[in-house]
Amino acid sequence: MSPKTLYDKIWDAHVAHEADDGTCLLYIDRHLVHEVTSPQAFEGLRMAGRQVRAPEKTIAVPDHNVPTTPGRDDPKNMTEDSAIQVAALDKNAKDFGIHYYPVSDVRQGIVHIVGPEQGWTLPGMTVVCGDSHTATHGAFGALAHGIGTSEVEHVLATQTLIQKKSKNMKVEITGKLRPGVTAKDITLSVIGETGTAGGTGYVIEYMGEAIRDLSMEGRMTVCNMAIEGGARAGIIAPDEKTYEYCVGRPHAPKGAAWEAAVAWWKTLYSDDDAHWDKVVTIKGEDIAPVVTWGTSPEDVLPITATVPAADDFEGGKVGAAQRSLDYMDLKPGTPLSDIEIDTVFIGSCTNGRIEDLRAAAAILKGKKIAVERAMVVPGSGLVRAQAEEEGLADIFKEAGFEWRLAGCSMCLAMNPDQLAPGERCAATSNRNFEGRQGRGGRTHLMSPQMAAAAAITGKLTDVREIMCNAF
Amino acid sequence: MQKFTKLSGIAAPLPLVNIDTDMIIPKQFLKTIKRSGLGVNLFDEMRYDDDGKEIPDFVLNKPQYRETQILVAGDNFGCGSSREHAPWAIADFGITCVIAPSYADIFYNNCFKNGILPIALPQEQVDVLMKDAEKGSNARIEVDLEAQTITSSDGDVFTFEVDAFKKHCLLNGLDDIGLTMEKAASIDSFEAQASTARPWV
Repeated sequence: MSPKTLYDKIWDAHVAHEADDGTCLLYIDRHLVHEVTSPQAFEGLRMAGRQVRAPEKTIAVPDHNVPTTPGRDDPKNMTEDSAIQVAALDKNAKDFGIHYYPVSDVRQGIVHIVGPEQGWTLPGMTVVCGDSHTATHGAFGALAHGIGTSEVEHVLATQTLIQKKSKNMKVEITGKLRPGVTAKDITLSVIGETGTAGGTGYVIEYMGEAIRDLSMEGRMTVCNMAIEGGARAGIIAPDEKTYEYCVGRPHAPKGAAWEAAVAWWKTLYSDDDAHWDKVVTIKGEDIAPVVTWGTSPEDVLPITATVPAADDFEGGKVGAAQRSLDYMDLKPGTPLSDIEIDTVFIGSCTNGRIEDLRAAAAILKGKKIAVERAMVVPGSGLVRAQAEEEGLADIFKEAGFEWRLAGCSMCLAMNPDQLAPGERCAATSNRNFEGRQGRGGRTHLMSPQMAAAAAITGKLTDVREIMCNAF
Repeated sequence: MQKFTKLSGIAAPLPLVNIDTDMIIPKQFLKTIKRSGLGVNLFDEMRYDDDGKEIPDFVLNKPQYRETQILVAGDNFGCGSSREHAPWAIADFGITCVIAPSYADIFYNNCFKNGILPIALPQEQVDVLMKDAEKGSNARIEVDLEAQTITSSDGDVFTFEVDAFKKHCLLNGLDDIGLTMEKAASIDSFEAQASTARPWV
């Protein structure tokens, strides 16, 4: 048998039909659904008189457009359009008989945090959702990617997706990370290296010692931003850490089924002599804590660097860089660590898990914020409860952070959590596009540690300086 | 779905790289539960000022481009979120063809589900068409999906690649779901086999 990559193996196990031209029907094991990209899909089913083919494999949770303030169980406390979208999801979940975590359920949260937490996401699965950050689930060795609403409808109706196979790309992070360097710094640094279109047409497998050393939370952070590098999906081969995370979760298999599952999962790795269409290698020790300076996730630099000039770039990027500098109101040559910020946002499917909150709280303990406002939005109700139990919530509140309910919040700012024009934010989310966090808002992406450090100094800060002072 | 066969129209130049889906349709317009009516908010933050007034310099606000059917843009068009609201807004505005050096994967797929033809051409050919587009109503670009050609106003002919299945669906306005339903037997047998091999799924 010819050697295969992990992606090849999962792909081959899910082809339900292949046409002569290589167009395949890929069977979907888990379909995650949220309130913003699904209403039109359910409407399409109704109009055509179709059912959901596999409701037992379909899981819905409202997250993108829900308020994160208390009292949201009552639709009267939502904006009208939020209430309409949430009510539509309530009704669609009920009418079509799919699994549902309503806004009042403690298990509600960001769909990409809820899926793994509840054991829906398991190694070797195909997972899709009408959201580009579905790549997150690749951390489990699942083939997971975002789809549009027409494809949501297609999966609801047929449990398959029309697909052609992507190319294989290997991203290897060798050796150890230095202190203060996190999964977020890895994933941003990879995008800085490849560009936001570098992964287009590929599925990325992340490997190497630095990836193996990451926790499942960290691996989810890395895979989450595969889409920001343009890749259809990011994936990491499952190992003991993966099994340990999954075992005992509500929807993970039990007993003999668990043993059978693990036996198959252990075959899910790329063969030594598998073919790679593209290979990127980065030394773990070369990665520094990074921040973004511009309006594309590829605009990433170590915190010790200075703001670049437009003519440091080539081709179409010259104009884009100038536009970014104007939008971000930054002057070339300014040290990044001199940039003052107004707001800090800790949360999102990239960095809204318990480990992220622990890392930020460790920096914030006993300190006060020096910014106008700072907000923590846990990724799920269960993350929130755990953080309260561990005393993290008190650390955040005492530092001056708002302690919110779970949701996507200011990552995409559909709900009232938005930046004002000109407001500058240190954010743990995934996109720094123009207007992403609010019209005219300016976003700098970074790790939870770096965001916490920025909160207490009021400017972009090298977290390593604070860590040194702490010891 | 709307068919796409041939198109002869004015193209609007948008010479920016990495035009993301937040630029194409900002998040506040994702609150709809319908597919229609998004064209008026296409490129909203570039097109209107804080008071909702048109910004005259923005290309789609210029008289010669108000009826444009083709968009010529920079590399990595449509990057960012999976929101199909982006192609819905483009189609609702009346644009049915985008020409750029490259596209983000999800956006590219979403276009074909909505009667929009996204064409990828080498940068130097996009540059020629970008110059053409800058001539406004003095230049019409012709797109022929069957022949897979684009003809500039000066008569330059460029050929483009498109997946045969996607082309077939677009030419005939075919509904993907209907086509897949015809293969229900394959899905049934896959499901039966998979539930034996991986019963925990």
